[in-house]
Amino acid sequence: MSKPTVLRIGGSTTANTGEAAGAGLVARPTTFGADVWRRFRRNRLALVGLAIVVGLIGLAVLAPLVAPYDPLHVSLNEQFAPPSAQHLFGADVYGRDLLSRVIFGARISLLIGFIPSAISMLIGSALGVIAGFYRRWTDTLVMRLADMVLAFPSIILAMVVTYILGASLFTLFIALSVVSWASASRVVRAQALSLRERDFVAAARAVGASDIRIMFRHIITNCLAPILVLFTMSIPAAIMAEAGLSFLGVGAQPPTPSWGLMVNEAQQYIFSAPWASIMPGLAILVTVLGFNFVGDGLRDAIDPYLKGKM
Amino acid sequence: MLRYVMARLAQAIPVIVATTLLTFMLLEVVPGDPIALMMREHIDADVVARVRKEMRLDDPWAVRYVRYMWDALHGDFGTSYKIHRSVSDLLVDAFPKTLALTLAALIFAWGIGIPAGIVGALKHYSAPDYLVTLFSLIGVSVPVFWSGLIFQLIFGWKLGLLPISGYGGIVFLIMPGIVLGWSSAAVISRLMRSSLLEVLGSDFVRTARAKGLTEWAVVFRHALKNSLLPVVTIMAIQVADLLTGAVIVESVFGIPGIGRVSVSAIMNRDVPLLQGSVMLTVVLVVLGNLLADVSYAFLDPRIRYE
Repeated sequence: MSKPTVLRIGGSTTANTGEAAGAGLVARPTTFGADVWRRFRRNRLALVGLAIVVGLIGLAVLAPLVAPYDPLHVSLNEQFAPPSAQHLFGADVYGRDLLSRVIFGARISLLIGFIPSAISMLIGSALGVIAGFYRRWTDTLVMRLADMVLAFPSIILAMVVTYILGASLFTLFIALSVVSWASASRVVRAQALSLRERDFVAAARAVGASDIRIMFRHIITNCLAPILVLFTMSIPAAIMAEAGLSFLGVGAQPPTPSWGLMVNEAQQYIFSAPWASIMPGLAILVTVLGFNFVGDGLRDAIDPYLKGKM
Repeated sequence: MLRYVMARLAQAIPVIVATTLLTFMLLEVVPGDPIALMMREHIDADVVARVRKEMRLDDPWAVRYVRYMWDALHGDFGTSYKIHRSVSDLLVDAFPKTLALTLAALIFAWGIGIPAGIVGALKHYSAPDYLVTLFSLIGVSVPVFWSGLIFQLIFGWKLGLLPISGYGGIVFLIMPGIVLGWSSAAVISRLMRSSLLEVLGSDFVRTARAKGLTEWAVVFRHALKNSLLPVVTIMAIQVADLLTGAVIVESVFGIPGIGRVSVSAIMNRDVPLLQGSVMLTVVLVVLGNLLADVSYAFLDPRIRYE
């Protein structure tokens, strides 16, 4: 009854390397995933974003093979070498090859984008489902805590955490995990509040499922779509926050090739060696643009009604 | 209305207490004795004990929190460990600069964002609309420290139009204001565009057109007012965003505002100064949210006052 060929995924398009898993959906074009992908790939910007993200992940994984030089190799007689055939992006104040540093920087930005976002989604959805499921004082407690965290500007809170733990990349992981769980917990809580009244929850309870099982097997699984959207959108926010904090000197420490830190190190030479600031900043811009495109596309594809609301 | 404002104000108080308490506790657990930090090499166990007693650092934290807040409400945030000046003096010095910067950013964000959004909605799927979309896509994705440097390079250095950095009068605020306000302008223009498009499709707009009003009157007298409502709500989020962004923009443009104060307090491990500046920022954000909620209720009488 279905026509798998109509919805064939992959095939001739090149941008969708991440869709290997989706190939299994071809036989059943009505699944949620296939439906989302069908809408997602109609969005040209989203596909551009996906290409950027996939390309970045490739660069980050293959950094040692792709980068022309060692990102930490100091070569003082090449200090501020302008962009040339040897150094496509030029060199920085220590004569380090900027292209190699930018490529290795992708690793840091992606790690800082994915891991704290994933941690905060886990914390946020666990707390959110507990709050929405048990309601009463549990709900009040979690939601007031979330309000409190949301009242803090994230950079300021991250700066306070940095102050306590000392400036390092690891601190940033903690700081960024701490600041972004609150919005996830709100979304999941709202969903849990309505899902807990649904028949399938009553059915699960009737066959003797425990609270834990109902929350984490039945309710959470029904919140995965908004969590995924929120996750995709918190990635560029985290990348931006890392860049900002590292730029201020309270994030990654030298000689780490963090894009924000690279701009920090180069900013005082902006007029004599502009490329040293421009290139890493451009990398941030392109990365964040890519993730934003994917996030917007995914949001519209998963639920067109969420447009402008998340 | 007044009851709503009072109720909303009452809601803000626990949030302020909680956030200030959180800041206080977080900074209290910091390893390292403040007295040792203050005196550095001239350290002497007896003196430390005496000063600890004088500063009443051995009291329970709850007592110290209440005392801190009590003093803070009377304008006393303690003395900076490093600069040896009263924290409130330093904050009073820095605050107007951050406020001026934020205001400049707001003026840019609203002055550009709203007209851009209107153009995008009225000419949707045309060249001007794509231009507005491009402007906002870059605006939300560009790191402020980088756009700041690029602006300095182009408008300050190459063209020599504006002062590159420093603080002293309105010309110094143009570049930082644009850089800081760009992402807000982007968000506003996107929201304005989608909101106006939605309102333009509604029944009362069709009625207005049907009774023969000019397009100008339809858009600016009927549709615009209604479409501005969601744009006003976004104000709350933007106060927080702008204050956060100001930390970075101040650093790029050498504006001695609250952001610079907090960063240098972190670098110098200056707890009272950091505490004071963070608390001031947090309270400002909470008040900003409050203001946004109240103005929203004021603009839209349909909102139910709980």
